[in-house]
Amino acid sequence: MRGRMAQDRTNTPRTRTIKTDYLARVEGEGAMLVKIAGGVVEEVKLDIYEPPRFFEAFLRGRGFTEAPDITARICGICPVAYQMSSCAAMEQACGVEVGGQLRALRRLLYCGEWIESHALHVYMLHLPDFLGYESAIELARDNVDAVAKALELKKIGNELMALLGGREIHPINVRVGGWYRVPRKRELRPMREQLERAREIALETVRFTAGLDFPDYEQDYELVALDEPGEYPIDQGRIVSNRGLDIEVSEYDDHFVEEHVAWSNALHSSLRERGSYLCGPLARFALGFDRLSPLAADSAREAGLEAGERNPFRSIVVRSVEMVYAADEAIRLIDEYEEPDAPAVELEPRAGVGYGCTEAPRGILYHRYELDAEGTILDAKIVPPTSQNQRTIEEDLRGVVERSLDVPDEELSILCEQTIRNYDPCISCATHFLTLEVERS
Amino acid sequence: MRDALPDPRGRAVVARVIGIGNAWRDDDAAGLAVARLLEGLEGAEVLEREGEPTSLIDSWEGAGAVWLVDAVSSGAEPGTVHRHDASDQELPAQLFRTSTHHFGLAEAVELARAVGRLPRRTIVFGIEGKSFDTGETLSPEVEEAAAHVAEAVREEVAACTRRP
Repeated sequence: MRGRMAQDRTNTPRTRTIKTDYLARVEGEGAMLVKIAGGVVEEVKLDIYEPPRFFEAFLRGRGFTEAPDITARICGICPVAYQMSSCAAMEQACGVEVGGQLRALRRLLYCGEWIESHALHVYMLHLPDFLGYESAIELARDNVDAVAKALELKKIGNELMALLGGREIHPINVRVGGWYRVPRKRELRPMREQLERAREIALETVRFTAGLDFPDYEQDYELVALDEPGEYPIDQGRIVSNRGLDIEVSEYDDHFVEEHVAWSNALHSSLRERGSYLCGPLARFALGFDRLSPLAADSAREAGLEAGERNPFRSIVVRSVEMVYAADEAIRLIDEYEEPDAPAVELEPRAGVGYGCTEAPRGILYHRYELDAEGTILDAKIVPPTSQNQRTIEEDLRGVVERSLDVPDEELSILCEQTIRNYDPCISCATHFLTLEVERS
Repeated sequence: MRDALPDPRGRAVVARVIGIGNAWRDDDAAGLAVARLLEGLEGAEVLEREGEPTSLIDSWEGAGAVWLVDAVSSGAEPGTVHRHDASDQELPAQLFRTSTHHFGLAEAVELARAVGRLPRRTIVFGIEGKSFDTGETLSPEVEEAAAHVAEAVREEVAACTRRP
């Protein structure tokens, strides 16, 4: 909350430093630094100081079936994403495909996560920026109805996750190969009514967020998302971009690199020889617009959004459209549900490497595991969306500040924070990584 | 104890005790330990939650009185017990901020208050933790404090739900 931020402005007529030591309304611990000298932006840093969490190291030596439950612990907001990417990778390593209703149920679970995660970000974390409040609590005092709707949406998302996953936060019913138990048709039916309500609130949310004031800023991003014919990207597909990237998930490491920068405990990703890129709602929307449900696409058009949208501040509207889609898709999946014969596909481990990538609410989440013949994890790599977006966030900060040099410091600082929150960064996810440098003398 | 209960319409008050914490982060599980000590408590439902704020708000829905127990890390001696009557006083955010998501118990309570979804009586206990590392062991100071808090909650629930 802004009142708690330590803002340090050591300004001379030629230099301005805008620094926030403790970013509010993001998941995890981070800071921001912008240095302006002689009217030029000299330095921009998104400083992620949350300590590294070594998840990839924890995974070594564990059984392949343990990865979904261990990696789910990386994040309390998007555990399903970790479960889905790790399952996909393990199933590929074992040479099996999980399709039909088992896959449909996974997509349904994912819809629950999109709804709860987007509802939290749109209303509690991002909306206060647009309406000039320091926190969701202050916003709630003046906008009881809006916050009540947010809580209702979040609750419906949570309930869908609890219904399929066994509980709301870190589901316990997901396993490599499918599920421990699949629901009966009659168990899903009551959820349908709830999802209709969620869809209605999401539609109102699109109309409401479309009417906000957006800073005038656009960037010509390379947008990266999954691509699966006939489907809006969620749980599987090739990795594509608006600049011609079109690869199998297994080719990820040939095209993307991660590097350590001194000011961040999260690795920075980039596309080889091309640099920064953007993943998440804006990228999915641009690349998958033609695969939204008719209702979600109509709501987007009504909100003045097109596939060519490149203003990151309007991501709040895109997230709202994605909530309409997730509710609509969940209803379709429930309507078409047939109880499968078995809750999971039988599978045996084998030595090899498996790759998985799914669309976490914040963007693509890549997992790669190397297994031995018994299914023991020899090596693991996890690249969450916030790591991938770090560079683009810094470039946006630079771009926004360059266009706003006349803006007074306090206002500029708030604008910078809003710019970071356009990405709904999850710092807890981004600092899961392995590398630890030890200097000894 | 100042006691506004039973409710003005004379109905029995729904009382709930909610232990909050992460079972795999040592002393962060203090709230869960208290909930386990109170299993089968007469007069109140006892729940365990991981602390996700909107789920917390749902968890006290319909209750007239709620006791929330969470681990805190304010720099006080490990095992120190903080008790706050949040029924009509803001919960100090600096104290109840053990979530790395910057959206923790204090925000859940204040958000619920803002939208009229906070139980009429809301009592919050914070148990000062020592270790928040990965693990399932409570520090001895915290274990002792959890037993004290469980006893205190037991007495408060009894006083509040006792028939006149």
